[in-house]
Order: sequence, then C-alpha cells, then structure tokens
Amino acid sequence: MPEVEERQSRKVLALLFNVRILRIVGQLVAIGVLLGVAVYLSDNYQANTRQSTRTGWSFLDEPTGFNIAYSDFRAGQPVRDALWVGIRNTAASAVVGMVLAVTIGVVVGVLRLSRSWVARKAATIYVELLRNVPVLLIILFTAAWLRTLPRIESARSIGSVAVVSNRELAMMSPVAGDNFGVYALVLAVAAAAALGLATWRTRVSDRTGEPHHRVLWGGGVFLLVAVASYLVLDSPLTWSHPKTGDASIAGGASLDIGYVALTGALAIYHGSHIAEIVRGSIQSVPYGQTEAATAIGLSDFQRLRFVTLPQAFRVAVPPTINQCLSLTKNTSLGIAVAYSDVSSLGFRLIGSSRAPALQMIVILMVIYLVFSLTTSLLLNMVNRRLQLVER
Amino acid sequence: MEPLLDVPNFAATSEPLPIPSPEPSGRPEVRLTPRQWVRQNLFATPFGSLLTIVFGLALAYATYRLAWFVLVSSNWEIVRRNLRLFMIGRFPFDEVWRLWASLYVVAGLGGLLSGATVASAEQLALAAGREVTRPGRWDWLRRYWPALMAVGVILSQTRTWTPTLLTLAGIALLAASRWLGRQAPGLARFVWLGLLVGVIVVVQLIAGPGGVGWDDWGGLHLTLFVTVAGIALSFPLGVLVALGRRSSLPALRWMNVGFIELIRGVPLVTLLFLGHYVIPLFFPNTFQPPSPLARALIVITLFESAYVAETVRGGLQSIPRGQYEAAQALGLAPWKVTRLIVLPQALRAVIPAMVGQFISLFKDTSLLQIIGFVELLEVSENVISQPTFLGQRLHTVTFGFAALIYWAGAYTMSRESRRLEHRLGLGLGGRR
Repeated sequence: MPEVEERQSRKVLALLFNVRILRIVGQLVAIGVLLGVAVYLSDNYQANTRQSTRTGWSFLDEPTGFNIAYSDFRAGQPVRDALWVGIRNTAASAVVGMVLAVTIGVVVGVLRLSRSWVARKAATIYVELLRNVPVLLIILFTAAWLRTLPRIESARSIGSVAVVSNRELAMMSPVAGDNFGVYALVLAVAAAAALGLATWRTRVSDRTGEPHHRVLWGGGVFLLVAVASYLVLDSPLTWSHPKTGDASIAGGASLDIGYVALTGALAIYHGSHIAEIVRGSIQSVPYGQTEAATAIGLSDFQRLRFVTLPQAFRVAVPPTINQCLSLTKNTSLGIAVAYSDVSSLGFRLIGSSRAPALQMIVILMVIYLVFSLTTSLLLNMVNRRLQLVER
Repeated sequence: MEPLLDVPNFAATSEPLPIPSPEPSGRPEVRLTPRQWVRQNLFATPFGSLLTIVFGLALAYATYRLAWFVLVSSNWEIVRRNLRLFMIGRFPFDEVWRLWASLYVVAGLGGLLSGATVASAEQLALAAGREVTRPGRWDWLRRYWPALMAVGVILSQTRTWTPTLLTLAGIALLAASRWLGRQAPGLARFVWLGLLVGVIVVVQLIAGPGGVGWDDWGGLHLTLFVTVAGIALSFPLGVLVALGRRSSLPALRWMNVGFIELIRGVPLVTLLFLGHYVIPLFFPNTFQPPSPLARALIVITLFESAYVAETVRGGLQSIPRGQYEAAQALGLAPWKVTRLIVLPQALRAVIPAMVGQFISLFKDTSLLQIIGFVELLEVSENVISQPTFLGQRLHTVTFGFAALIYWAGAYTMSRESRRLEHRLGLGLGGRR
C-alpha cells in the first residue's frame, strides 16, 4: 500500500513540474491578473462616475456648444459632426505635411552629400538645428512669427497672387468656369492617352533598346491637349484672386494661421529627420557603385537617378514610413496653436464637459489607431511594390 | 559613462568602452593643396558651383541676421529678468540652496562613478592585452561644447556673480571626483548602489523635511527631472515588456504586443490627457489620487517603455540562435540564459538607438506645457505676456533661449551616441 501511495504522490509531483502544465498555468495566471486589474479599475471608475450625468455614448448626438473656426460647423450641430470636421482637418494637415516633409527630406538629404562643401554645411546646419529641438517649440515659434504679420484689417497683398495677414493666408486658386465639365473630361482622356503612350514607349525601348523618352512623349501630348482645349473651350478655368476687404479676405483659397503653423512646422521638423534617413540610405549604397557609375560616364544627376537613389530607396522607405506615422500623430499638437484637429476638438469637448473624458479619449485613440494603421498599410503597399521592382 | 550596460556581477561580455575600434581605411589618404581643395569641394561642376554660390549667399545672410539679432536688435532684458523662472520656475528662493546641494551631489557622485567605470574598463582591457588610447587633453571640450556653450549663455544672463561661482565650483568638484574615481577602479562594482544612494539623497535634499514638494517645481529643473525620472522608470519596464514580447507563452506575448501597439499608435498628448482626466477616476474614492505630476510621470513612463521595448526587441532579434543554444547546452536555466547571455549583448547592441529614444523623451517633455505644467517651454511662452514686455514681439528672444537649451542637451546626447556607436562598432558602416 505505501508503495502505491508513493507512486501516486510522485505522479502528482511530476504533473506539478511538467513544463507544459506550468506554461498553461502561468498563462492563466497572467490572464487572471490582467482581468482582475481591469475589473478593479472599472469598479472604481463606475463608483467615481455614478453621480455624473454624462455616461454612455449618447453625448455623440448632443449639441457641441461651440462653433468651429474656419468651417461651416455651428454650435447646434452634434458632437459626431464636430469629430468628422476634426478628422478632416487632421487628415488635411497630415497629408500635406507628409508630402512637404518627404520633399524637404529628399532635397536636404541629397544636399548633405553634395559636391559643394558650402551646400553640405548648410544642409548639416539645417538638420542638426531642427532635429534637436522639440517639435512643439517649432510649432509655437512658427505660430508666434506668423502672428507678427499685419492684422487682417490691414492685410498685405503680394501682387494679386497672395494676401497675408495674421489670421489667414490666402493664395489665388483656380475656379471652374463655364465649360469646366467638358474640360475635365478632355483632360482625363488626355491623361489616359499620355499614360498609354508612355507605356508603349517603354515597351518599344525594352524591345529595341532605343531611348524611350516616355516623359517627353506622354507629358508633351498631355500638355499639348491641355493648352489647345483650354483655348478652344474659351478658358474653362479662371483664377480667383484674393482681395483684401475690411476684416476679411475675399476670394482665393485661404488657410488659417493655425493650419499653416502646424503643417509647416511639422514639415520642416520631420523633413530634417527624413533628411538623415535619406543621407544614411544613400551612404549605405557601396561607394563602388558611385565610382562605377562615374566610370561609365554618367553625370551627377544620372548617377543619382539610375544608380544610387533606386538602391537607397529600398533602405529608406521603412524608416520614412515611421516618420510619416509620427507626423500624423504629431498633428495632435494642433491644440497648441488653436487648430481644430480632431484631438484638440476632443479636448475642448472634455474641457467644456460636453463629453465624458474616458469615452472621448477612447474615441480619439481609436481614430489615431485607424489613422496609423491606414497610413502604414498604404505606405507598406508602396514599400512592397518597391521591393518587388527591385528583383 | 551611462551605466546602462552594467549588469551586476557581470563584466565579461561588455567590451570595455574606452577602446576605440580603429576604422580600417580602404582608400589611400590624399593630401590636397588649398587650390585643389577649392576646386574639388566648391567648384567641381557647374551645378556644384551654382550650389556653392547660392548657399554661400544664403548662409552669409543668415549669419549676418543672426549676429545682428543676438548683438544688436534683440532685448535680452526679458531673459535676464526672468532667468530664475526659466531655470527653476516658482521654486521658493530661500530653498534654492537645496538645488545647488543636490547638483553637487550629482556632480560628485557622477564624477566618482564614471571615473571608476572608465578606470575599471581600462584595467580589463589591459588585462586582456588590448591597447588603450586615452582621450586627448582637450577632448572634453570637443565633446561637450554645445552643453558648455549653453551653460555659458545662461550664466551670461545672471545679474550677480554667485551662480557663476557656484557653477564653477560644481565643475571643479566634477573634475576632482572624476580624478578620484579613476584612482579607485574597484568602485565600478558599486555603480548601481551609488546611483540608488544618489537618488535617495537628492530626493531627500530637495523634497525631504522642510523641502519643496514636486508640485512646485518648474522650468528647466522640471524638464530635467521628468527626463531623468522617465528614463530611469521606463528603461527597466521597457526591457521587461520586450522580453514579454518575445516570450514563448502566447498569452503573455499577445498582451505585450497589444500594449506596445496600442501605445505606439496613439499620440503622447492624448495619453497625457488620459492621465490628466481619467487616471484619478480609476482610484478608489477613499484614496487620495496621485498629484498631476505623478500622473504625467505614469503616462510618460508607460509611453516611453513601449518605445524602449521596440528598441530592445531589435537588439534581442540580433542575437544569433547559436548563443541561446550554447547557453542551453551549458545547462543554464532559461532566466539565466536571458540575464547572463542574451540581455547583455542585446542591450549593448541597442545603446545608440536607446540614447536616441531618450533624446526624444527629453524633447517630448515639452508637451507637458499643453496640460498646464510650467516647464521650460511654458515659461518662455508665458513671460512674453508679462506687462513689462507685452506687445514687444519678444517671442524670438524667449523661444530662442529655450531652443538653445533644448538643442544643447539633445545635440550633446546625439553626438555622444554617435561616438558610442562608432566605438562599439555598431551601425551601418561598422565592422562586426
């Protein structure tokens, strides 16, 4: 009998120290702890918010209580609509900021490796100055500087191209004329034709080896059609010129100062980071490639265009995606310059107790997660395509 | 030296830092006459010449404007008058001695420990038969000139000589204690203990009996405090999260993945607001909720640890499988494999990236101004609207002053990280 007991106790012990069982137990404990903490916190939360009237999600349909500057949004409209305005504003800042930042980054990054010592130094100064300063400081500084422009009552016009004031900047903008629909159709057809021509030229070049000149062909045809039909259709597009009025700017496309400060500052800040990425990726291309390109007689531009940059691109794209993501998140600093991006609207709603803090912040987090995931999805598609072209 | 590397009782895998890895030069060195240099570097091609001329003019104009601004047009009175606000916010003046004393503690301890670390690393290197090159006499000037310049600018704005003298005394103390530390390499084993003692002493000095609680801190002092506390708290947490991220237990792994992705997908401002408005509601109402600064620190720690975790994960992934297998073959327990074999190598590989992460934490502390803390950036925005200086467009002066301080700190750190990267032979061009 004692033998059997001993064997059984040994079995139990073996079960206890079985790695597979230990692993399962460990995971269960981890999940249990997490759930326990969550339950405890939500209990506290509910106890603390029992008195408050605003719980649940019904606040989304209640009126906002404030107008949003530089939009048609009025105080009576529900919170839901205000968030849509905010999302549009965030996207407007993020997309334009990304395009500008990548442009600045590529130009400055290439300049950092230029043949001219002076250009190299200038680019280095730009990068090292901006990279090492908080982005919020750049945003605030830009906004403060823009506010020193003339007041809107005495706005200054630059030719009839632009009007600057300390509340709005306005640029001349195209406006649809009489035959605009027809013109747009013609342009679309011309673009398709140009694309087809370019593809055809590429094929010819692949087959015969003669230079393809696809940009010349495609772009030339498009430009020709565009100009000719513009003349035939009797100016289907006209320019709207901004004019100074008293306390307002009429005509043109106007941008509010908050948007310009936020987007501009984000572009120059993230541009400096992207410049470092571009420089690093170009330098990661072995020097022999540059020497070989020079040896077969390529010009500086050709060397960059056909040898160095295509190889550098592959290295540069993933970190650039990260920069674009962080630019998107940094648009939330719009609150510092009173730009109505989605998070500053959210914080205003919390501050004026039109929305419960937790729900509002959860909504904001979901919005930013969606923004981040969409951006990274799109850019990763670009990345995958580049990698495929490579092979 | 940053003691990030030091794993207690374990010195063998960390290659001693003061050994430079000389770059093998592939191409022969060419000496150019000034004329040739100008041709090659300024007017090599027509387009290059154009760039040289355009950027030369632009740089000359910018330099002229900057010099005019600094020397002639700007009114530095606003900085001179508010210097104390910039440095320490509303910290009571009678208690300022506490800050100086803690600065001296930091200087003394820092010098002692860094000196000892370097000396012991040198000893190890010599024992292993490696060459040790000591930095030149003026090396510190080349390495720290941005920070020294910022200190110089700050001191140039003081109205009495006391701060200058006290700062010089602090620098002298640093130099003396570093020399002392170099004589006692044995101290290197007590770095962690020393740091712990240092933190306790400093906290007791400033916020201890009769001191000033941290809700009254402000200015550069607050900025530095949040940076240092954020680094100290988020580093261990981040390493744990990174290990959890690579755990073989799916439940644990997915929890950590969820944490990292959630935090990294959301801007810091949103999380700071979460901390500001929502964290108090998570505490039982019998309990005094933490102060605003404590909440901000919780948020910054969580935020930063997600990024640290991603950085460390990169290091963990760079460790070849053979290292794990060899350690297991030696019969080490799993946690010992991690602690003795994997982690030291992984952390060493990510030092530069980690420093970069901490630089961005230093810059991100400026976001505290959005939720109402009076840190460096907020001071520089606030003082513009003082009655004496209202409407004089002094934002260039105050923001410029704040920018100089941020820039000096971040730039010094980034130079140091680049130097470390070079020395450890990491990075793209390194030999490994």
